[in-house]
Amino acid sequence: MIEIGSIVKEFNGKKVLDRISAKFEPGKCSFVIGASGGGKSVLMKCMVGLLTPESGSISFDKRDFLKLDYQAKKDLRQEIGMLFQGGALFDSLSVEDNVAFPLQMFTQKSAAEIQERVNFCLQRVRLENVNKLFPSNISGGMKKRVGIARAIALNPKYLFCDEPNSGLDPITSRVIDELILEITEEYNITTIINSHDIKSVFDMGDHIVFIYQGKALWEGNKSLLGKSDCKELNEFINASKFNN
Amino acid sequence: MFRRALLTEVYKMGNDSFGIVSIISVFIGAVAVIQFGSQLQGSLVPMTILGRIVRDANILEFSPTITALVMAGKIGSNIASEIGTMKVSEQIDALEIMGLNSANYVGLPKILAALFAIPALVTYSMFLSNLGGGISCFFTQIVSVDVYVAGLRETFDGFYVTHALTKAVTSAFLISSISAYHGYQTQGGALEVGSASTKAVVQSCIAIIFFDYILTQLMLYK
Repeated sequence: MIEIGSIVKEFNGKKVLDRISAKFEPGKCSFVIGASGGGKSVLMKCMVGLLTPESGSISFDKRDFLKLDYQAKKDLRQEIGMLFQGGALFDSLSVEDNVAFPLQMFTQKSAAEIQERVNFCLQRVRLENVNKLFPSNISGGMKKRVGIARAIALNPKYLFCDEPNSGLDPITSRVIDELILEITEEYNITTIINSHDIKSVFDMGDHIVFIYQGKALWEGNKSLLGKSDCKELNEFINASKFNN
Repeated sequence: MFRRALLTEVYKMGNDSFGIVSIISVFIGAVAVIQFGSQLQGSLVPMTILGRIVRDANILEFSPTITALVMAGKIGSNIASEIGTMKVSEQIDALEIMGLNSANYVGLPKILAALFAIPALVTYSMFLSNLGGGISCFFTQIVSVDVYVAGLRETFDGFYVTHALTKAVTSAFLISSISAYHGYQTQGGALEVGSASTKAVVQSCIAIIFFDYILTQLMLYK
């Protein structure tokens, strides 16, 4: 479980996150939704340690991330998988080397064991015969799937997905959503997804936090999403082309 | 993993720069012979002095400095744009989230590789620039090749090579670290990657010239 408490983050004196608190449970897909510039990505970057909040707490199964020493943070980060908006695959490495990368860096597995795990992860995201290709040779949807394969290579306890559907066609979006949902439930991962895609939120949102201008204005799940009396949330939902 | 990255970088920097360093070095030597030769024409000094002047100018200044300036353009822009692209495409963030020290993983192999590759290229350039001088003598007959070679062999001071290699190592560190720094500072998109690359080259060139002056002052005037 990930718990965040009263997170405040400022840039040049301007509050981008204003006392945001939430709990994200394992085995569930939790969504952080909101308009662009609302603070979703900053919140995710604070949770994974790429940014340090001015105040507040971030706890991974009772381990306060902000108070851990360098080595403990490093160990904890190996339990985190992250799927980036653009995939963030290493351009100079082939698909299989990208997936093998965390295994080579953080495990003592033999080359054969690493290869076996790489093949398993790639099959798990339904990618075959792409092992030797480079990121520049594969499509956006395939990059996202390789990103998921890399993120799950070390069996993470926590999975962060930043706009997993951005730039994808509706069918590929669906495939990515299904994969994230399957993996979350199968491995009991605490999954947090930043998204604009209201359809995904309605389909998979076990837990949803709506952020507006740096504040968490609404929290609930997919069954409550359409029945909220939060004006900003309703505007956000109505502005999307999705027709519930 | 680190060793593989280091070897790849050394190969990339060294092997990919052989062509440009070869062409520039041969022409530096050839032009030096013509310029110094034209100034010595009609003088009473023995013409073997031409070989000595060209050799010392090549070893002390032309090879280490011009090779470093060319490498600033080639390797420096490459390092800054590669790291800059990794930064804007979140590859650096991906390394950090995995718990890796991204500067150590991405920057250090490039800096260490430059410390091997650039002095090696400078050494190669010293040889080729003197060879270029010989080729120039052969075609222009300013002096005969025999006289030029005799001049190359006269009163050679091995410390000049130490001086040149000290400059090469210093330049290598300046180019790679300044370029890596600018790559790391990149934020935004393609435009900023280009801008980082330009800044890296300009600042590396200025730093090379500045340290060239400092090291020459420190090492040659005792």
